[in-house]
Amino acid sequence: MSAAAVLPSPSAQALRDAFGAGIERVTVSCGDTIVYVSRERIHDVLAWLKETPEQDFNYLTDLTAVDYRDTERPLEVVWQLRSLTRKADLRLKVTLDKRASLELPTCWDLWRGADWLEREVFDLFGVTFTGHPDLRRILMWETYQEGFPLRKDFPLRGHFSRAEQTRQALAVNPEAHYSLEELSIADAHRNLPQDMRERLRRGERGGPE
Amino acid sequence: MSGSRQVEFTVGTPALDEQGQPFVAPLGVELRDTGEFEMTGHFDEMFGGEPMLINIGPQHPATHGVLRLVVELEGETVRRCIPHIGYLHSGFEKLGEYRQYNQIIPLTDRTDYLAPMANNVCLALAVEKLMGLEITERCQVLRVVACEMSRIISHLVWLGTTGIDLGAYTPFLWAFQERERAYNLQEAWTGARLTTSVTRVGGMMADVPEGWEDALGRYCSAFPSTLDEVDSMFTRNSIWCGRTQGVGAMSAGEAINWSLSGPMLRASGVDYDVRKDRPYLDYDTYDFDVPVGEHGDIYDRYLVRMEEMRQSVRILNQAIVRLKRLRGAPINVSDPRVILPPKSRAMSDMEAMIFHFKQVMEGVKPPAGEAYLGIENPKGELGYYFVSDGTAKPVRWRIRPPSFLNLAALPRLCEGALLSDVIAINASVDIVMGEIDR
Repeated sequence: MSAAAVLPSPSAQALRDAFGAGIERVTVSCGDTIVYVSRERIHDVLAWLKETPEQDFNYLTDLTAVDYRDTERPLEVVWQLRSLTRKADLRLKVTLDKRASLELPTCWDLWRGADWLEREVFDLFGVTFTGHPDLRRILMWETYQEGFPLRKDFPLRGHFSRAEQTRQALAVNPEAHYSLEELSIADAHRNLPQDMRERLRRGERGGPE
Repeated sequence: MSGSRQVEFTVGTPALDEQGQPFVAPLGVELRDTGEFEMTGHFDEMFGGEPMLINIGPQHPATHGVLRLVVELEGETVRRCIPHIGYLHSGFEKLGEYRQYNQIIPLTDRTDYLAPMANNVCLALAVEKLMGLEITERCQVLRVVACEMSRIISHLVWLGTTGIDLGAYTPFLWAFQERERAYNLQEAWTGARLTTSVTRVGGMMADVPEGWEDALGRYCSAFPSTLDEVDSMFTRNSIWCGRTQGVGAMSAGEAINWSLSGPMLRASGVDYDVRKDRPYLDYDTYDFDVPVGEHGDIYDRYLVRMEEMRQSVRILNQAIVRLKRLRGAPINVSDPRVILPPKSRAMSDMEAMIFHFKQVMEGVKPPAGEAYLGIENPKGELGYYFVSDGTAKPVRWRIRPPSFLNLAALPRLCEGALLSDVIAINASVDIVMGEIDR
């Protein structure tokens, strides 16, 4: 690999100048620059990168998380940013200690594309994005109880036994198709059978009792 | 004919009376006092004022797979659209963490199953970026052919199914006929029509057979006439224009903000194509244009995809010349840690046998590090993000699914549209649930 390829992107130095201690470290892997940002400053850094004309990272390519096999190693949340005008890329990371709370500010206010991406990270890794308008599970169903599938402490076949998974699947209330929010539309809730309304009032949402 | 007759009868149903004797109970509607239904207010308040909840899918042909939409309607206007996904979730990313890199390739076939060869190429390129491998010239040309054939196939499926959704049946048959011809070529190359698994890290699973370039050339010369026929059916068709122009439009700024990619982004007027702006393989040496729309509506998405198919044919024609020039050139890198040695050598040469054994038992081992690589898939930018800790299995295999992000904008696109437009808008996004749910 040539020497030019391993130099970090100039945006990394600009970030260091602007945020100082908010930038923890900068590395390069396979030619891609990775900037580690403290969780307190991540929203400011993302907003700065988007709004500053010299940076102009106007496109959120991807948002995901990585859980390492080393149980001591913290969880990493990864933002892939791109400037469509400057044709430049930047990868930002925040490390989260798995024993502490997994909470981050949302970047939904900067990029609407973050809507489903953040829901997916919440669904599969259990990272909560505060300020997200609609943080629900997205790939797994709402009553899913086995945890967060892409975490390394989640076994390939799930936490529950096959028998338990089957039991839960069969115990699902087939009438509970709609979320409560959806049932508030029109008179869908009022038109439900009496016993169904009673069960919903008790908080039952399909799935096991 | 004689004069008409009048017959009086009572509509009834068999029933039992209080003594248990059978009799015919009359059926009918009691006449109600209509006073309370007097139309004094505005018509909309009388009939359109109350919102209505409609469920579409998950098993509905117009949702292109197992997508479920809950739509809140006011009259016939969509106030809110809530998509539900995950019905096809297979945990591919989790499975990938338990597989060697080459074993992940069959999983990529099954994500975007309308463009399996392009997914294979993206995986191989991402792992090669992780390892810093340089692939051979012929391999690059073969991969370009794989990507562009996938684009044609995927766009043909989109064209046919969208036509059906909007009531045009004939172009569907034409499109699927052409798709079958492209599948015949894929089958001759890889042995499979759908699950191709055509790439390997550092090379290809197989070279194209003898005479295959000529068959592809014949396809490339015949296929555009079908496009012309579809073009004459759709482009100036008043029904087609009425259903698509100005419907589901998105501005350039919004399309960027919603992270749209591929034809969805370009139809909105953003001139961004990964093949041009972040060239991979040898795309920068091909001569082709990137069509860009201006209104961002369904009609522009249609025009962009139609033109992309023509441009793919252009690229394929250039690739055929290079394939013929490079006939017999190696398709795999000559690195025994990555590519299996020839079977004859593995059986006769001790060193080759050891490499063979280590390849099969341990697999390819990239160094610790991480790499993101995006390619221009038919549906948008497909990105594979690999994190390696130096072992033969990735720590994390992330798919950046283009149609997942394109579909995320559906609630925004459907706001204020009519219910029938929801079907058209959803079709124009070009989703494939295997990739969205993964």
